[in-house]
Amino acid sequence: MNTVNIDNKNETENLIECKDVFFRYDNSEEQKEVLGGVSLNIKKGEFLAILGHNGSGKSTIAKHMNAILVPTQGTVTVEGISTADEEKLFDIRQHVGMVFQNPDNQIVATIVEEDVAFAPENLGIEPSEIRQRVDHALKAVNMYEYREHAPHRLSGGQKQRVAIAGIIAMRPDCIVLDEPTAMLDPIGRREVMATLKDLNQKYGITIVIITHYMDEAAQCEKIVVMNGGKIIMKGAPKEVFSHVEELKKVGLDVPQVTELMWELKKEGYNVPTDIITEEECIEVISNLLSEKI
Amino acid sequence: MIKDITIGQYFPGKSFIHKLDPRIKIISTFAFIIYLFVSNTFTGLIVGGIFALLCYLIAKIPLKIIFRSLKPIVPIIIFTAVLNMFFMEGDVLWQWRFIKITSQGIRTAIFMCIRIVFLIIGSTLLTYCTSPIALTDAIERLLKPLAKIKMPVHELAMMMTIALRFIPTLIEETDKIMSAQKARGADIETGGIIQKAKALIPILIPLFVSSFRRADELAMAMECRCYHGGEGRTRMKQLRYCARDIFAVIAFTALFTITILLNIYASGL
Repeated sequence: MNTVNIDNKNETENLIECKDVFFRYDNSEEQKEVLGGVSLNIKKGEFLAILGHNGSGKSTIAKHMNAILVPTQGTVTVEGISTADEEKLFDIRQHVGMVFQNPDNQIVATIVEEDVAFAPENLGIEPSEIRQRVDHALKAVNMYEYREHAPHRLSGGQKQRVAIAGIIAMRPDCIVLDEPTAMLDPIGRREVMATLKDLNQKYGITIVIITHYMDEAAQCEKIVVMNGGKIIMKGAPKEVFSHVEELKKVGLDVPQVTELMWELKKEGYNVPTDIITEEECIEVISNLLSEKI
Repeated sequence: MIKDITIGQYFPGKSFIHKLDPRIKIISTFAFIIYLFVSNTFTGLIVGGIFALLCYLIAKIPLKIIFRSLKPIVPIIIFTAVLNMFFMEGDVLWQWRFIKITSQGIRTAIFMCIRIVFLIIGSTLLTYCTSPIALTDAIERLLKPLAKIKMPVHELAMMMTIALRFIPTLIEETDKIMSAQKARGADIETGGIIQKAKALIPILIPLFVSSFRRADELAMAMECRCYHGGEGRTRMKQLRYCARDIFAVIAFTALFTITILLNIYASGL
Protein backbone atom coordinates (compact mmCIF):
# COMPACT_ATOMS: atom_id res chain seq x y z
CA MET A 1 0.00 0.00 0.00
CA ASN A 2 2.73 2.41 0.89
CA THR A 3 4.49 3.35 -2.29
CA VAL A 4 8.03 4.41 -1.63
CA ASN A 5 9.19 7.23 -3.79
CA ILE A 6 12.93 6.84 -4.20
CA ASP A 7 13.43 9.94 -6.30
CA ASN A 8 12.43 12.29 -3.58
CA LYS A 9 13.30 11.30 -0.07
CA ASN A 10 11.37 14.11 1.52
CA GLU A 11 8.13 12.94 -0.01
CA THR A 12 8.29 9.46 1.47
CA GLU A 13 8.21 10.89 4.94
CA ASN A 14 5.32 13.20 4.34
CA LEU A 15 1.92 11.56 4.29
CA ILE A 16 0.02 14.68 3.33
CA GLU A 17 1.58 17.64 1.57
CA CYS A 18 -0.23 20.88 1.04
CA LYS A 19 1.69 23.19 -1.27
CA ASP A 20 0.66 26.80 -1.43
CA VAL A 21 -3.05 26.01 -1.27
CA PHE A 22 -5.55 28.70 -2.19
CA PHE A 23 -9.25 28.07 -1.96
CA ARG A 24 -12.42 30.02 -2.41
CA TYR A 25 -16.00 28.82 -2.43
CA ASP A 26 -17.69 29.32 -5.78
CA ASN A 27 -20.94 30.55 -4.40
CA SER A 28 -19.65 33.01 -1.85
CA GLU A 29 -20.75 36.53 -2.65
CA GLU A 30 -17.67 38.28 -1.46
CA GLN A 31 -14.83 36.76 -3.47
CA LYS A 32 -12.74 36.28 -0.41
CA GLU A 33 -10.10 33.61 -0.24
CA VAL A 34 -10.89 31.10 2.52
CA LEU A 35 -7.38 29.74 2.23
CA GLY A 36 -4.66 32.11 1.17
CA GLY A 37 -1.55 30.08 0.47
CA VAL A 38 -1.35 27.33 3.04
CA SER A 39 1.70 25.07 2.96
CA LEU A 40 1.69 22.22 5.40
CA ASN A 41 3.40 18.85 5.55
CA ILE A 42 2.08 16.09 7.73
CA LYS A 43 4.48 13.28 8.51
CA LYS A 44 3.57 9.67 9.11
CA GLY A 45 2.73 8.90 12.72
CA GLU A 46 2.30 12.53 13.71
CA PHE A 47 -0.30 13.77 16.18
CA LEU A 48 -1.15 17.22 14.99
CA ALA A 49 -3.65 19.81 16.17
CA ILE A 50 -4.95 22.64 14.02
CA LEU A 51 -6.11 25.64 16.02
CA GLY A 52 -7.94 28.73 14.91
CA HIS A 53 -11.10 30.62 15.66
CA ASN A 54 -14.22 30.50 13.49
CA GLY A 55 -13.56 31.37 9.88
CA SER A 56 -9.83 30.87 10.12
CA GLY A 57 -9.97 28.19 7.42
CA LYS A 58 -9.10 25.28 9.68
CA SER A 59 -12.05 23.11 8.62
CA THR A 60 -11.49 24.03 5.00
CA ILE A 61 -7.88 22.83 5.03
CA ALA A 62 -9.02 19.64 6.75
CA LYS A 63 -11.52 18.98 3.97
CA HIS A 64 -8.68 19.30 1.47
CA MET A 65 -6.88 16.40 3.06
CA ASN A 66 -9.22 13.73 1.74
CA ALA A 67 -10.37 15.43 -1.43
CA ILE A 68 -13.76 16.64 -0.24
CA LEU A 69 -12.52 19.98 -1.45
CA VAL A 70 -9.94 20.51 -4.16
CA PRO A 71 -7.72 23.61 -4.09
CA THR A 72 -8.45 26.37 -6.59
CA GLN A 73 -4.71 26.96 -6.73
CA GLY A 74 -1.79 24.91 -5.41
CA THR A 75 -1.74 21.17 -4.75
CA VAL A 76 -2.55 18.72 -2.02
CA THR A 77 -1.00 15.28 -2.28
CA VAL A 78 -1.72 12.23 -0.15
CA GLU A 79 0.94 9.52 -0.38
CA GLY A 80 2.09 11.19 -3.56
CA ILE A 81 -1.38 11.14 -5.14
CA SER A 82 -2.82 14.52 -6.02
CA THR A 83 -6.30 15.09 -4.62
CA ALA A 84 -7.27 16.64 -7.96
CA ASP A 85 -6.98 13.19 -9.54
CA GLU A 86 -10.61 12.06 -9.53
CA GLU A 87 -9.81 8.50 -10.53
CA LYS A 88 -7.81 8.00 -7.36
CA LEU A 89 -10.54 9.50 -5.15
CA PHE A 90 -11.29 6.28 -3.28
CA ASP A 91 -7.61 5.52 -2.83
CA ILE A 92 -7.15 8.88 -1.16
CA ARG A 93 -10.21 8.43 1.03
CA GLN A 94 -8.96 5.02 2.11
CA HIS A 95 -5.67 6.53 3.17
CA VAL A 96 -7.16 9.51 4.93
CA GLY A 97 -10.39 9.03 6.86
CA MET A 98 -12.45 11.88 8.17
CA VAL A 99 -14.54 12.21 11.32
CA PHE A 100 -16.96 15.09 11.77
CA GLN A 101 -18.33 17.11 14.63
CA ASN A 102 -21.76 15.60 15.05
CA PRO A 103 -21.57 11.84 15.61
CA ASP A 104 -25.30 11.48 14.92
CA ASN A 105 -24.87 12.64 11.35
CA GLN A 106 -22.19 10.17 10.38
CA ILE A 107 -23.64 6.91 11.60
CA VAL A 108 -25.48 5.20 8.79
CA ALA A 109 -26.73 1.90 10.13
CA THR A 110 -29.05 0.95 12.97
CA ILE A 111 -26.59 -1.41 14.64
CA VAL A 112 -23.09 -0.44 15.77
CA GLU A 113 -21.25 -3.26 14.01
CA GLU A 114 -23.21 -2.78 10.79
CA ASP A 115 -22.18 0.84 10.78
CA VAL A 116 -18.53 0.00 11.27
CA ALA A 117 -18.86 -2.47 8.39
CA PHE A 118 -20.20 0.26 6.09
CA ALA A 119 -16.87 1.46 4.70
CA PRO A 120 -15.33 -1.98 4.05
CA GLU A 121 -18.62 -3.05 2.45
CA ASN A 122 -18.36 -0.09 0.11
CA LEU A 123 -14.83 -1.14 -0.77
CA GLY A 124 -16.08 -4.57 -1.79
CA ILE A 125 -14.06 -6.56 0.73
CA GLU A 126 -14.76 -10.23 1.41
CA PRO A 127 -17.36 -10.79 4.19
CA SER A 128 -15.01 -12.77 6.44
CA GLU A 129 -12.35 -10.07 6.14
CA ILE A 130 -14.96 -7.39 6.93
CA ARG A 131 -15.90 -9.29 10.09
CA GLN A 132 -12.25 -9.29 11.20
CA ARG A 133 -11.80 -5.62 10.45
CA VAL A 134 -14.98 -4.66 12.26
CA ASP A 135 -14.04 -6.62 15.37
CA HIS A 136 -10.55 -5.19 15.32
CA ALA A 137 -11.80 -1.62 14.83
CA LEU A 138 -14.35 -1.90 17.63
CA LYS A 139 -11.73 -3.32 19.99
CA ALA A 140 -9.31 -0.52 19.06
CA VAL A 141 -11.80 2.12 20.19
CA ASN A 142 -12.93 0.03 23.13
CA MET A 143 -16.51 -0.38 21.95
CA TYR A 144 -16.52 -4.11 21.26
CA GLU A 145 -19.08 -4.89 23.96
CA TYR A 146 -21.49 -2.49 22.33
CA ARG A 147 -21.30 -4.06 18.89
CA GLU A 148 -24.96 -5.11 18.82
CA HIS A 149 -26.38 -1.93 20.33
CA ALA A 150 -28.45 0.67 18.54
CA PRO A 151 -26.36 3.83 18.01
CA HIS A 152 -29.06 6.20 19.26
CA ARG A 153 -28.89 4.62 22.69
CA LEU A 154 -25.18 5.37 23.14
CA SER A 155 -23.67 8.46 24.75
CA GLY A 156 -22.07 11.17 22.63
CA GLY A 157 -18.54 9.98 23.37
CA GLN A 158 -19.47 6.40 22.55
CA LYS A 159 -21.12 7.44 19.28
CA GLN A 160 -18.04 9.40 18.29
CA ARG A 161 -15.88 6.36 19.04
CA VAL A 162 -18.15 4.27 16.82
CA ALA A 163 -17.68 6.87 14.09
CA ILE A 164 -13.92 6.59 14.56
CA ALA A 165 -14.15 2.79 14.39
CA GLY A 166 -16.08 3.18 11.13
CA ILE A 167 -13.05 4.97 9.72
CA ILE A 168 -10.45 2.59 11.21
CA ALA A 169 -12.21 -0.31 9.48
CA MET A 170 -10.91 1.14 6.20
CA ARG A 171 -7.35 0.70 7.57
CA PRO A 172 -6.38 4.32 6.90
CA ASP A 173 -2.93 5.78 7.48
CA CYS A 174 -4.37 8.99 8.78
CA ILE A 175 -7.55 10.18 10.45
CA VAL A 176 -8.58 13.81 10.18
CA LEU A 177 -11.06 14.89 12.84
CA ASP A 178 -13.01 18.11 12.45
CA GLU A 179 -13.83 19.28 15.98
CA PRO A 180 -14.75 15.75 17.09
CA THR A 181 -15.29 16.77 20.69
CA ALA A 182 -17.23 20.01 20.19
CA MET A 183 -20.59 18.41 20.92
CA LEU A 184 -19.48 16.13 23.72
CA ASP A 185 -19.51 16.42 27.50
CA PRO A 186 -16.20 16.43 29.40
CA ILE A 187 -16.28 12.66 29.91
CA GLY A 188 -16.96 12.05 26.23
CA ARG A 189 -14.13 14.41 25.31
CA ARG A 190 -11.70 12.56 27.50
CA GLU A 191 -12.79 9.21 26.04
CA VAL A 192 -12.29 10.41 22.49
CA MET A 193 -8.88 11.96 23.20
CA ALA A 194 -7.71 8.82 24.98
CA THR A 195 -8.86 6.72 22.01
CA LEU A 196 -7.01 8.96 19.56
CA LYS A 197 -3.79 8.82 21.56
CA ASP A 198 -4.08 5.06 21.74
CA LEU A 199 -4.58 4.77 17.99
CA ASN A 200 -1.60 7.00 17.40
CA GLN A 201 0.72 5.16 19.73
CA LYS A 202 -0.39 1.54 19.30
CA TYR A 203 -1.23 1.48 15.62
CA GLY A 204 0.88 4.36 14.35
CA ILE A 205 -2.11 6.07 12.76
CA THR A 206 -1.45 9.70 11.94
CA ILE A 207 -3.96 11.94 13.69
CA VAL A 208 -4.92 15.44 12.62
CA ILE A 209 -7.37 16.99 15.04
CA ILE A 210 -9.07 20.31 14.59
CA THR A 211 -10.16 21.71 17.88
CA HIS A 212 -10.76 24.83 19.83
CA TYR A 213 -10.07 23.24 23.18
CA MET A 214 -6.59 24.29 24.16
CA ASP A 215 -6.23 21.47 26.66
CA GLU A 216 -6.69 18.98 23.84
CA ALA A 217 -4.22 20.77 21.62
CA ALA A 218 -1.71 20.73 24.49
CA GLN A 219 -1.79 16.93 24.42
CA CYS A 220 -0.68 16.80 20.78
CA GLU A 221 2.83 16.57 19.41
CA LYS A 222 2.57 19.55 17.17
CA ILE A 223 0.27 22.52 16.77
CA VAL A 224 -0.58 24.57 13.72
CA VAL A 225 -2.33 27.88 14.35
CA MET A 226 -4.39 29.37 11.57
CA ASN A 227 -5.87 32.80 11.12
CA GLY A 228 -7.52 34.42 8.12
CA GLY A 229 -6.75 31.47 5.86
CA LYS A 230 -3.05 31.41 6.65
CA ILE A 231 -0.80 29.50 8.99
CA ILE A 232 0.59 31.94 11.51
CA MET A 233 2.37 29.59 13.88
CA LYS A 234 3.69 26.06 13.85
CA GLY A 235 5.50 24.07 16.47
CA ALA A 236 5.42 21.97 19.60
CA PRO A 237 2.70 22.93 22.13
CA LYS A 238 5.19 24.44 24.55
CA GLU A 239 6.60 26.63 21.84
CA VAL A 240 3.25 27.76 20.48
CA PHE A 241 1.60 28.40 23.80
CA SER A 242 4.47 30.53 25.03
CA HIS A 243 3.29 33.18 22.55
CA VAL A 244 0.36 34.10 24.74
CA GLU A 245 -0.14 37.60 23.41
CA GLU A 246 -0.06 36.63 19.76
CA LEU A 247 -2.58 33.87 20.36
CA LYS A 248 -4.89 36.26 22.19
CA LYS A 249 -4.66 38.65 19.28
CA VAL A 250 -6.14 36.07 16.91
CA GLY A 251 -8.94 35.26 19.32
CA LEU A 252 -7.48 32.12 20.84
CA ASP A 253 -6.81 31.15 24.41
CA VAL A 254 -3.95 29.25 25.94
CA PRO A 255 -4.33 26.40 28.43
CA GLN A 256 -5.33 27.71 31.84
CA VAL A 257 -2.03 26.74 33.42
CA THR A 258 -0.05 28.58 30.76
CA GLU A 259 -2.17 31.66 31.30
CA LEU A 260 -1.59 31.45 35.06
CA MET A 261 2.17 31.29 34.54
CA TRP A 262 2.00 34.17 32.11
CA GLU A 263 0.07 36.34 34.59
CA LEU A 264 2.55 35.44 37.35
CA LYS A 265 5.43 36.40 35.12
CA LYS A 266 3.76 39.72 34.38
CA GLU A 267 3.54 40.33 38.11
CA GLY A 268 7.27 39.87 38.33
CA TYR A 269 7.59 36.31 39.55
CA ASN A 270 10.36 34.23 38.08
CA VAL A 271 8.41 31.40 36.45
CA PRO A 272 8.80 29.63 33.12
CA THR A 273 6.03 30.41 30.60
CA ASP A 274 6.22 27.23 28.57
CA ILE A 275 4.13 25.17 30.94
CA ILE A 276 1.18 23.28 29.53
CA THR A 277 0.28 20.54 31.98
CA GLU A 278 -1.21 20.75 35.43
CA GLU A 279 1.56 18.61 36.92
CA GLU A 280 4.24 21.03 35.78
CA CYS A 281 2.20 23.92 37.08
CA ILE A 282 1.82 22.35 40.52
CA GLU A 283 5.56 21.78 40.70
CA VAL A 284 6.40 25.35 39.77
CA ILE A 285 3.93 26.84 42.22
CA SER A 286 5.01 24.63 45.10
CA ASN A 287 8.64 25.58 44.39
CA LEU A 288 7.61 29.21 44.34
CA LEU A 289 5.82 28.86 47.66
CA SER A 290 8.69 27.05 49.34
CA GLU A 291 11.08 29.77 48.15
CA LYS A 292 8.90 32.38 49.83
CA ILE A 293 8.91 30.54 53.12
CA MET B 1 -43.47 10.72 26.09
CA ILE B 2 -42.85 11.08 22.40
CA LYS B 3 -39.77 8.88 22.75
CA ASP B 4 -41.91 5.84 23.50
CA ILE B 5 -43.00 5.53 19.90
CA THR B 6 -41.48 2.41 18.42
CA ILE B 7 -41.32 1.65 14.77
CA GLY B 8 -42.70 -1.69 13.84
CA GLN B 9 -43.61 -3.86 16.75
CA TYR B 10 -40.59 -6.04 16.96
CA PHE B 11 -40.41 -8.41 19.93
CA PRO B 12 -36.78 -9.46 20.25
CA GLY B 13 -36.38 -13.17 20.82
CA LYS B 14 -34.44 -16.25 19.91
CA SER B 15 -37.21 -18.64 18.91
CA PHE B 16 -37.34 -20.86 15.85
CA ILE B 17 -39.47 -18.27 14.06
CA HIS B 18 -37.14 -15.42 14.99
CA LYS B 19 -34.19 -17.30 13.62
CA LEU B 20 -35.79 -18.10 10.29
CA ASP B 21 -34.23 -16.44 7.31
CA PRO B 22 -36.07 -13.11 6.86
CA ARG B 23 -36.51 -13.84 3.17
CA ILE B 24 -38.34 -17.04 4.02
CA LYS B 25 -40.47 -15.13 6.50
CA ILE B 26 -41.51 -12.54 3.93
CA ILE B 27 -42.28 -15.18 1.32
CA SER B 28 -44.20 -17.28 3.86
CA THR B 29 -46.26 -14.28 4.89
CA PHE B 30 -47.25 -13.71 1.30
CA ALA B 31 -47.89 -17.42 0.91
CA PHE B 32 -50.12 -17.33 3.97
CA ILE B 33 -52.15 -14.44 2.55
CA ILE B 34 -52.55 -16.29 -0.73
CA TYR B 35 -53.53 -19.39 1.24
CA LEU B 36 -56.34 -17.50 2.98
CA PHE B 37 -57.71 -16.30 -0.31
CA VAL B 38 -57.35 -19.63 -2.05
CA SER B 39 -59.09 -21.71 0.57
CA ASN B 40 -62.88 -21.53 0.33
CA THR B 41 -63.80 -23.93 3.10
CA PHE B 42 -64.23 -23.13 6.77
CA THR B 43 -62.02 -26.05 7.67
CA GLY B 44 -59.31 -24.67 5.43
CA LEU B 45 -59.48 -21.29 7.10
CA ILE B 46 -59.48 -22.74 10.59
CA VAL B 47 -56.48 -24.93 9.77
CA GLY B 48 -54.68 -21.81 8.56
CA GLY B 49 -55.67 -19.95 11.72
CA ILE B 50 -54.44 -22.74 13.95
CA PHE B 51 -51.21 -22.76 11.99
CA ALA B 52 -50.77 -19.01 12.55
CA LEU B 53 -51.54 -19.29 16.27
CA LEU B 54 -49.09 -22.15 16.53
CA CYS B 55 -46.45 -19.86 15.06
CA TYR B 56 -47.29 -17.26 17.73
CA LEU B 57 -46.81 -19.91 20.42
CA ILE B 58 -43.48 -21.01 18.95
CA ALA B 59 -42.31 -17.40 18.67
CA LYS B 60 -43.46 -16.83 22.29
CA ILE B 61 -45.43 -13.72 21.30
CA PRO B 62 -48.09 -13.04 23.95
CA LEU B 63 -51.51 -13.84 22.48
CA LYS B 64 -53.15 -10.74 23.92
CA ILE B 65 -51.03 -8.76 21.46
CA ILE B 66 -53.31 -10.17 18.78
CA PHE B 67 -56.28 -8.27 20.21
CA ARG B 68 -54.26 -5.09 20.17
CA SER B 69 -53.40 -5.50 16.52
CA LEU B 70 -57.03 -6.33 15.66
CA LYS B 71 -58.50 -3.27 17.35
CA PRO B 72 -57.86 -0.78 14.55
CA ILE B 73 -59.49 -2.99 11.93
CA VAL B 74 -62.72 -3.69 13.85
CA PRO B 75 -64.64 -1.09 11.74
CA ILE B 76 -63.46 -2.78 8.55
CA ILE B 77 -64.58 -6.16 9.85
CA ILE B 78 -68.02 -4.81 10.79
CA PHE B 79 -68.36 -3.04 7.47
CA THR B 80 -67.50 -6.21 5.54
CA ALA B 81 -69.84 -8.28 7.66
CA VAL B 82 -72.77 -5.89 7.17
CA LEU B 83 -72.25 -5.61 3.44
CA ASN B 84 -72.09 -9.34 2.98
CA MET B 85 -74.99 -10.04 5.29
CA PHE B 86 -77.52 -7.72 3.70
CA PHE B 87 -76.61 -7.70 0.08
CA MET B 88 -76.19 -11.36 -0.68
CA GLU B 89 -78.84 -13.11 -2.77
CA GLY B 90 -80.09 -16.47 -1.57
CA ASP B 91 -82.57 -18.16 0.75
CA VAL B 92 -84.27 -15.40 2.70
CA LEU B 93 -84.30 -15.91 6.46
CA TRP B 94 -85.67 -12.58 7.55
CA GLN B 95 -87.02 -9.62 5.67
CA TRP B 96 -88.14 -6.10 6.50
CA ARG B 97 -89.14 -4.00 3.49
CA PHE B 98 -86.11 -4.08 1.20
CA ILE B 99 -83.67 -5.30 3.85
CA LYS B 100 -83.24 -9.02 3.91
CA ILE B 101 -80.89 -11.51 5.46
CA THR B 102 -80.07 -14.68 3.62
CA SER B 103 -78.39 -17.79 4.95
CA GLN B 104 -75.74 -17.46 2.25
CA GLY B 105 -75.22 -13.88 3.39
CA ILE B 106 -74.58 -14.92 6.97
CA ARG B 107 -72.21 -17.65 5.85
CA THR B 108 -70.19 -15.29 3.65
CA ALA B 109 -70.14 -12.61 6.33
CA ILE B 110 -68.71 -14.97 8.92
CA PHE B 111 -66.31 -16.39 6.35
CA MET B 112 -65.00 -12.99 5.34
CA CYS B 113 -64.59 -11.87 8.95
CA ILE B 114 -62.56 -14.93 9.82
CA ARG B 115 -60.48 -14.42 6.70
CA ILE B 116 -59.68 -10.79 7.57
CA VAL B 117 -58.89 -11.61 11.20
CA PHE B 118 -56.50 -14.40 10.20
CA LEU B 119 -54.99 -12.15 7.55
CA ILE B 120 -54.07 -9.59 10.18
CA ILE B 121 -52.91 -12.20 12.66
CA GLY B 122 -50.68 -13.85 10.07
CA SER B 123 -49.13 -10.76 8.57
CA THR B 124 -48.42 -8.94 11.85
CA LEU B 125 -46.44 -11.95 13.03
CA LEU B 126 -43.83 -10.98 10.43
CA THR B 127 -43.18 -7.61 12.06
CA TYR B 128 -43.39 -9.07 15.56
CA CYS B 129 -40.52 -11.46 15.06
CA THR B 130 -38.38 -9.79 12.37
CA SER B 131 -36.37 -6.67 13.11
CA PRO B 132 -36.85 -3.78 10.66
CA ILE B 133 -33.20 -4.06 9.62
CA ALA B 134 -33.53 -7.74 8.81
CA LEU B 135 -36.67 -6.94 6.85
CA THR B 136 -34.93 -4.23 4.83
CA ASP B 137 -32.03 -6.54 4.17
CA ALA B 138 -34.33 -9.32 3.03
CA ILE B 139 -36.31 -6.99 0.78
CA GLU B 140 -33.10 -5.81 -0.85
CA ARG B 141 -32.01 -9.36 -1.54
CA LEU B 142 -35.42 -10.56 -2.68
CA LEU B 143 -35.77 -7.67 -5.12
CA LYS B 144 -32.22 -7.97 -6.39
CA PRO B 145 -33.25 -9.57 -9.70
CA LEU B 146 -35.23 -6.40 -10.41
CA ALA B 147 -31.97 -4.42 -10.43
CA LYS B 148 -31.37 -5.93 -13.87
CA ILE B 149 -34.32 -4.00 -15.24
CA LYS B 150 -32.89 -0.81 -13.69
CA MET B 151 -34.99 -0.83 -10.53
CA PRO B 152 -33.03 1.12 -7.88
CA VAL B 153 -33.21 -1.74 -5.40
CA HIS B 154 -30.07 -0.93 -3.47
CA GLU B 155 -30.97 2.75 -3.26
CA LEU B 156 -34.42 1.93 -1.91
CA ALA B 157 -32.96 -0.35 0.73
CA MET B 158 -30.39 2.29 1.67
CA MET B 159 -33.15 4.86 2.02
CA MET B 160 -35.09 2.54 4.28
CA THR B 161 -32.02 1.84 6.43
CA ILE B 162 -31.24 5.53 6.81
CA ALA B 163 -34.87 6.31 7.57
CA LEU B 164 -34.90 3.66 10.29
CA ARG B 165 -31.62 4.96 11.64
CA PHE B 166 -32.79 8.56 11.81
CA ILE B 167 -36.30 8.09 13.14
CA PRO B 168 -35.20 8.02 16.81
CA THR B 169 -32.82 10.93 16.20
CA LEU B 170 -35.54 13.03 14.62
CA ILE B 171 -38.06 12.13 17.31
CA GLU B 172 -35.58 13.32 19.92
CA GLU B 173 -35.05 16.48 17.94
CA THR B 174 -38.79 17.11 17.65
CA ASP B 175 -39.01 16.78 21.39
CA LYS B 176 -36.27 19.37 21.83
CA ILE B 177 -37.81 21.81 19.35
CA MET B 178 -41.20 21.43 21.05
CA SER B 179 -39.67 22.25 24.41
CA ALA B 180 -37.82 25.19 22.92
CA GLN B 181 -40.98 26.59 21.34
CA LYS B 182 -42.95 26.01 24.52
CA ALA B 183 -40.28 27.91 26.42
CA ARG B 184 -40.90 30.78 24.01
CA GLY B 185 -44.59 30.68 24.82
CA ALA B 186 -45.91 28.51 22.00
CA ASP B 187 -49.22 26.89 22.77
CA ILE B 188 -49.29 23.44 21.26
CA GLU B 189 -51.84 21.52 23.27
CA THR B 190 -54.98 23.66 23.35
CA GLY B 191 -57.40 24.80 20.66
CA GLY B 192 -59.28 23.15 17.84
CA ILE B 193 -57.85 21.08 15.06
CA ILE B 194 -56.97 24.07 12.89
CA GLN B 195 -55.26 25.87 15.74
CA LYS B 196 -53.32 22.75 16.63
CA ALA B 197 -52.25 22.29 13.03
CA LYS B 198 -51.11 25.89 12.90
CA ALA B 199 -49.18 25.42 16.11
CA LEU B 200 -47.22 22.64 14.41
CA ILE B 201 -45.69 25.00 11.86
CA PRO B 202 -43.06 26.45 14.22
CA ILE B 203 -42.09 22.87 15.07
CA LEU B 204 -41.98 21.46 11.57
CA ILE B 205 -39.97 24.23 9.95
CA PRO B 206 -36.94 24.00 12.25
CA LEU B 207 -37.19 20.22 12.00
CA PHE B 208 -37.06 20.36 8.19
CA VAL B 209 -34.17 22.80 8.16
CA SER B 210 -32.14 20.68 10.53
CA SER B 211 -32.98 17.51 8.60
CA PHE B 212 -31.55 19.03 5.46
CA ARG B 213 -28.40 19.98 7.31
CA ARG B 214 -28.16 16.46 8.69
CA ALA B 215 -28.67 14.99 5.23
CA ASP B 216 -25.88 17.16 3.89
CA GLU B 217 -23.45 16.10 6.59
CA LEU B 218 -24.46 12.45 6.33
CA ALA B 219 -23.86 12.50 2.59
CA MET B 220 -20.38 13.91 3.16
CA ALA B 221 -19.61 11.35 5.85
CA MET B 222 -20.81 8.56 3.56
CA GLU B 223 -18.61 9.83 0.75
CA CYS B 224 -15.67 9.89 3.13
CA ARG B 225 -16.31 6.22 3.70
CA CYS B 226 -16.11 5.53 0.00
CA TYR B 227 -19.83 5.07 -0.60
CA HIS B 228 -20.54 4.93 -4.30
CA GLY B 229 -23.86 3.16 -4.60
CA GLY B 230 -24.61 -0.53 -4.68
CA GLU B 231 -22.14 -1.41 -7.39
CA GLY B 232 -19.28 -3.62 -6.20
CA ARG B 233 -20.55 -3.52 -2.66
CA THR B 234 -20.24 -6.56 -0.42
CA ARG B 235 -22.03 -7.29 2.83
CA MET B 236 -20.57 -8.36 6.14
CA LYS B 237 -23.56 -10.47 7.07
CA GLN B 238 -24.53 -12.95 4.42
CA LEU B 239 -27.97 -14.50 4.50
CA ARG B 240 -27.90 -18.24 4.13
CA TYR B 241 -30.79 -20.68 4.02
CA CYS B 242 -30.43 -23.50 6.51
CA ALA B 243 -32.30 -26.56 7.73
CA ARG B 244 -34.97 -24.66 9.60
CA ASP B 245 -35.82 -22.66 6.51
CA ILE B 246 -36.34 -25.87 4.57
CA PHE B 247 -38.56 -27.08 7.37
CA ALA B 248 -40.66 -23.91 7.08
CA VAL B 249 -41.04 -24.45 3.35
CA ILE B 250 -42.16 -28.04 3.96
CA ALA B 251 -44.69 -26.90 6.55
CA PHE B 252 -46.16 -24.42 4.10
CA THR B 253 -46.32 -26.96 1.30
CA ALA B 254 -48.21 -29.29 3.62
CA LEU B 255 -50.60 -26.49 4.54
CA PHE B 256 -51.31 -25.73 0.89
CA THR B 257 -51.87 -29.38 0.09
CA ILE B 258 -54.46 -29.60 2.84
CA THR B 259 -56.41 -26.60 1.66
CA ILE B 260 -56.38 -27.64 -1.97
CA LEU B 261 -57.65 -31.08 -0.99
CA LEU B 262 -60.31 -29.48 1.19
CA ASN B 263 -61.34 -27.17 -1.63
CA ILE B 264 -61.82 -30.10 -3.93
CA TYR B 265 -63.37 -32.71 -1.65
CA ALA B 266 -65.15 -30.77 1.06
CA SER B 267 -66.38 -27.62 -0.61
CA GLY B 268 -69.60 -27.67 1.44
CA LEU B 269 -67.99 -27.50 4.85
